[in-house]
Amino acid sequence: MPRVALTPEAADVLRGLRADHGDLMFHQSGGCCDGSAPMCYLAGEFRTGSSDVHLGDLAVDDFVIPVWMSAAQFEYWSHTHLTIDVVPGRGSGFSLEAPLGIRFLVRSRLLTDGELQGGDR
Amino acid sequence: MAKYAAPGQPGSVVTYRDRYDHFIGGEYVPPTKGQYFANPTPVTGEDFTEIARGTAEDVDLALDAAHGASRAWGKTSVAERANVLNKIADRIEANLEVLAVAETWDNGKAVRETLAADLPLAVDHFRYFAGALRAQEGGISQIDEDLVAYHLHEPLGVVAQIIPWNFPILMAVWKLAPALAAGNAVVLKPAEQTPASIHVLMELIADLVPPGVLNIVNGFGVEAGKPLASSRRVAKVAFTGETTTGRLIMQYASENIIPVTLELGGKSPNVFFSDVASQRDAFYDKALEGFTMFALNQGEVCTCPSRALVQSDIYDGFMGDAVERTRAIKQGHPLDTETMMGAQASNDQLEKIMSYIDIGKQEGARVLTGGERADLGGELSGGYYVTPTIFEGDNKMRIFQEEIFGPVVSVTQFSDYDDAMKTANDTLYGLGAGVWSRDGSVAYRAGRDIQAGRVWVNNYHAYPAHAAFGGYKQSGIGRENHKMMLDHYQQTKNLLVSYSPNALGFF
Repeated sequence: MPRVALTPEAADVLRGLRADHGDLMFHQSGGCCDGSAPMCYLAGEFRTGSSDVHLGDLAVDDFVIPVWMSAAQFEYWSHTHLTIDVVPGRGSGFSLEAPLGIRFLVRSRLLTDGELQGGDR
Repeated sequence: MAKYAAPGQPGSVVTYRDRYDHFIGGEYVPPTKGQYFANPTPVTGEDFTEIARGTAEDVDLALDAAHGASRAWGKTSVAERANVLNKIADRIEANLEVLAVAETWDNGKAVRETLAADLPLAVDHFRYFAGALRAQEGGISQIDEDLVAYHLHEPLGVVAQIIPWNFPILMAVWKLAPALAAGNAVVLKPAEQTPASIHVLMELIADLVPPGVLNIVNGFGVEAGKPLASSRRVAKVAFTGETTTGRLIMQYASENIIPVTLELGGKSPNVFFSDVASQRDAFYDKALEGFTMFALNQGEVCTCPSRALVQSDIYDGFMGDAVERTRAIKQGHPLDTETMMGAQASNDQLEKIMSYIDIGKQEGARVLTGGERADLGGELSGGYYVTPTIFEGDNKMRIFQEEIFGPVVSVTQFSDYDDAMKTANDTLYGLGAGVWSRDGSVAYRAGRDIQAGRVWVNNYHAYPAHAAFGGYKQSGIGRENHKMMLDHYQQTKNLLVSYSPNALGFF
């Protein structure tokens, strides 16, 4: 069951970031300030482990970007589907897009009953 | 009432420069790569200055300067360092309006708050750590007749500090005062959303601090924050922000085997027991104000009381009064002293808040008031304003579980004490909480049962120095705002001294 998706605008930004930096990953943050923002890093920059859940992979052209979230946070988010979008802004954190004057942002919707029943989690 | 002129306008108490470089080694130094980024005011959305876009090269220069200064600074007497802190406090106090207006322009918060809270607290914080340092004692322990353990404090050396954007000056001061008091040199990176006001402060105090002791490198997290946090040349990293970056900073610190202090936010419950409404008196009025504290600083506070739990038997009446109190919040120009709530700090913050209001509605939460972007007209139309919002829903909803960092409170009911504690503790975080009751025993027990580092009992959002502030659970590591923070910036040196003239007899 797909839990994550991308807007075309966010996909465009990711094409540019990949060309500039290399393979990428997302880890969804929580907490204050820029909490709740999806953080985009070089693949492997942020070490995931047994405390994380792999939400899915975003395909952009021929490359794939895994999306992660802490397992504890997933318990509260598991009923929602996330679409990564991009808006003008000045996010902090160490996310790769911030110097471009833009910020990735999560837009959420409830998973449907059908999606949840056919779910893999 | 009064309205301050905007910085750069005739009659303004403060003028921002057109550009700010890095402050390194006691002087302003342009960025190595020559790049700058524009800094808008959230009040109107217009750019008002540009800021050095720092990179690893600039961080290295700042670390060079800090290492050059740290040894001598660490050897100064405690009286000397305390005097520097007191002089900084005096300088801030003498320029309180200047800094308050500068802070409002950079961050968007109402000047009423910067005048009454942010800056006076910053003044007091420096004075507190000046005093705490003078009064700090090491220890002497007699292990046996001839063996004595002396415990002495030593500075860590050079420390890195990464500052959030919700209280740009005050949060910098919370970190700077204990670090400088303890004898460390600092490389500080302000948030890229609010990088300017700290420079107004820096220019005011530059002559008070020896060159290299306090260095500021501006820039983006990935370009300046990361090289600073991951540097092998820092002895500690202090960070306030969110969980993913907190984990990343811990990861870097693990590579260098250095300590961190982290403040990563919360989702603070504000619990109202039924006896609050047993009388319509001053205390009831105070409790309603306590509810409305979710709007302080536009909700951009790590301890925002963004979950209100109200006992069922008073729910309808209390919420009726609470909605009325919330609707009385006056939004307007942040530089007007009558304005109670100003602008959100950035466009992406505004977008994030609106995305939460959207998912809250999708999850079936009911909007009791607010729930919209506010257009305040005129030049403020380009700024980032949200109406104070009350949601009614269930603690499992995401608006009850994530710190929206906006003027949004999510309200639910509880039946009895156990139900209240279950809901209050059903969160990943444990930074702040509020408990309201006329029964001291209930208030005490609830304060102890809530898993949070700071529980306000019959008050909220007070931040006096000498009251420890920090998180349980995923809210972080360490306690700021208290003399115990000195320990977080110090090594313990143990001299174990034998006064016996005799050999042990082992060899």
